[in-house]
Amino acid sequence: MEGEGKEAADEMSFEEAMKRLETIAEMLGEGKLSLEDSLKIFEEGMGLCKFCNKALDEAEYKVEKLMEKESGEIGVEEFKEEE
Amino acid sequence: MKKQNVTLTNFLHLKKAEEEQAGEGSKRAAAVITKNNEETKKREAPHIYTIYEITRYIRHKLDKDDLLRDVHVKGEISNLSQPTSGHLYFTLKDESSELRCVMFRDKCAQLKFNLEDGMSVIVRGRISVYEKKGTYQLYAKEIQETGIGALYLAFEQLKKKLKREGLFDVAHKKPIPAFPRTVGIITSPTGAVIRDLLNVTRRRYPHVHLLLAPVVVQGGQAPSEIVNAVQLLNRANKELETIDVLVLGRGGGSIEELWAFNEEAVARAIFSSEIPVISAVGHETDFTIADFVADKRAATPSEAAELVVPDRREIERNLHSLELRIRQNLFNVVEVHRQRLESIEKSVLFRKPTERINQYRQTVDELKRNIYAEITHQVELHRSSLQAYIGKLDALSPLAILKRGYSICSRLDGTVIRTIDNISVGDALKVLLTDGEAISEVKEKKRK
Repeated sequence: MEGEGKEAADEMSFEEAMKRLETIAEMLGEGKLSLEDSLKIFEEGMGLCKFCNKALDEAEYKVEKLMEKESGEIGVEEFKEEE
Repeated sequence: MKKQNVTLTNFLHLKKAEEEQAGEGSKRAAAVITKNNEETKKREAPHIYTIYEITRYIRHKLDKDDLLRDVHVKGEISNLSQPTSGHLYFTLKDESSELRCVMFRDKCAQLKFNLEDGMSVIVRGRISVYEKKGTYQLYAKEIQETGIGALYLAFEQLKKKLKREGLFDVAHKKPIPAFPRTVGIITSPTGAVIRDLLNVTRRRYPHVHLLLAPVVVQGGQAPSEIVNAVQLLNRANKELETIDVLVLGRGGGSIEELWAFNEEAVARAIFSSEIPVISAVGHETDFTIADFVADKRAATPSEAAELVVPDRREIERNLHSLELRIRQNLFNVVEVHRQRLESIEKSVLFRKPTERINQYRQTVDELKRNIYAEITHQVELHRSSLQAYIGKLDALSPLAILKRGYSICSRLDGTVIRTIDNISVGDALKVLLTDGEAISEVKEKKRK
């Protein structure tokens, strides 16, 4: 159900990705890097942008109810709003 | 009770025993009553008492009563006043009756809170008569708050205690993640709070997983349910999936209704939570202990939702501008490198590689010329000083002397004759002149 998007997100959270993007923008802005390194982090930045966009597109809104089963296990079921 | 059945006559007997301690007034009263009593017995006619006498009697009756000596009376404070004397006067009342109360200054000093009209209290003290007014009143010794007051007191006490323990310290506050993926919610599954939370999150950030741990938010079960929910979500965080933040919510209400959030167990559960907790209890003005312990306080459940999930449009704008910035910055970097390359290409060395060599060659030539000139100069210098020396030598040369008319006389082998003793008559001598030589013979020698 979670798919690949979730796995990729596990390596780096959306938050971390956004932070890294900030850093990359700044590093490129300073212009102290060699062209080769600049290109390298640019590639990384574009990858992260893609990752973030994908994360935004793929994440689904889900409301669930958490409960403890009699066995002590934690169970989850869909939560339906009552009127 | 025997004491309660004291008759006026008995009272007089009792009074006698007390007369030693009694003041002038009571002595007189006792005396009067004794006299009157005797008269009554004598004449068997109704006796007329003074107000003072009867008031004294009533006071004594009340003072002797065990129950009235130490009573707790519940009621609401009204007509509160505290004149400069420092004593507190008020009326304790409920739906059906009223009771005048006084609390003397020394007892007032022990009160831990200020009395206010309308406050529900339990007053402890004795009931006696204020003779001058002929009224009975409650002489208060202790006052306890009941209802809201007691809760308020408990709130203040717990707040003080937990603060002292450091549960509110900023150092313990965990940061709230900016982009949570899973949000745990502890609140009632019905009602406005969950509806607000769902609406706001859905509108702002429809990419979040909400995990509700339903609880009752008021009543006796509420504290333990809330504690369990906090612990359950923390377990789920480990066993099920990462939960980034918890929202503990409840709508506005009276202090009694919000009380679960002022329970110590709830406070400690929040403090122990590994997941950061946002409290959203009541309205803007309602502060609960939970608010102080939580990592962040939201004034309302809607604000909690805004705190906990970012606005999707904002994120997208952010992401978009970051991408633009990165592209622009890379373009700049490439541009800088291109310009540097171009300026290198434009440089002389790259345009005419032999130019530099020629320049060196020219320099070498110039140096060569310089060295040659220097050497010539040195040679000239030496030549002229040599000339000078030759001149000097010339002047000293014997040949030069011959020029001036001197001649040198020597033997034929060239040995110069320096003294007359070296020659004998008949010797052949060579005479050297400036422009030739003559061989001559010594004919005679004369010593000077």
